[in-house]
Amino acid sequence: MKKSQLIDQLVKEMDEFADETNNKQKTEIARETVNLFFNSVKEAVRNGDRVEIRGFGSFTVKQYDAYVGRNPKTGDKVQVQPKKLPVFRPGRELRDMVNRSVPKKKKK
Amino acid sequence: MTRIKEDIIRDVMNRITLDRKYAKNLVETILKIMKNSLEQSEEVMISGFGHFKVRRKNPRMGRNPKTKESYEISERTVVTFYPSKVFRKELNS
Repeated sequence: MKKSQLIDQLVKEMDEFADETNNKQKTEIARETVNLFFNSVKEAVRNGDRVEIRGFGSFTVKQYDAYVGRNPKTGDKVQVQPKKLPVFRPGRELRDMVNRSVPKKKKK
Repeated sequence: MTRIKEDIIRDVMNRITLDRKYAKNLVETILKIMKNSLEQSEEVMISGFGHFKVRRKNPRMGRNPKTKESYEISERTVVTFYPSKVFRKELNS
C-alpha cells in the first residue's frame, strides 16, 4: 500500500463520519491529514522527542557513534560518521494483529 | 517530551478541521487502514517517511542470560520500519 492508496481508502471510509459530501473536498482533507500525520511524527523525532501511538507503536531516535565500516561490494574500509536513526517499535495491538493472521510463506 | 496521538489530533484540528471529533476520526481511520494492511501482510510505503514491512521469523533457540536456560523462540511475524532516505537525511542535517 502506497501513500496514495492510503489516501484513497481514507476518502472511502470518510463516508462514515465526514460532513462533506463533495468527493474533491474529501480528497483534499484526506491528503492534508495524511501528510500532516507523517510530518507530525517526523517533526517530533527531529526535535529528539519520542512519539507514542497506542496500539500502533512508538518512534524514537537512536544515536550511533562513528565507526569504521566496509563497503560490502568492494571490501574497502570506510569511515562512517556519527548519525541518528529513527527507530520504530510496534505496539502490542499491531504485534498481536500480524501474529494472529495466517502467516504467508515468504516469496522466493 | 513525548508526542502522543492526542497531539497529532490537535494538529489536525488546528490546521485542517476545527472539529475535534472529525479530526479524531481521521487520525484513527488512518491508523486502522495501516494496521489492516499490515495484518494482511501487505507492506505500507509512505514516500518521504519510510515503509513498514511484515517479516516472517523462523523459530530459533534462545537463552535466558540469567538462568542460562535454553528455550525455543517460536516462529513469529514482525513489523519492521525502514526509514526513507529523506527522513534519515532530515534527521542528520
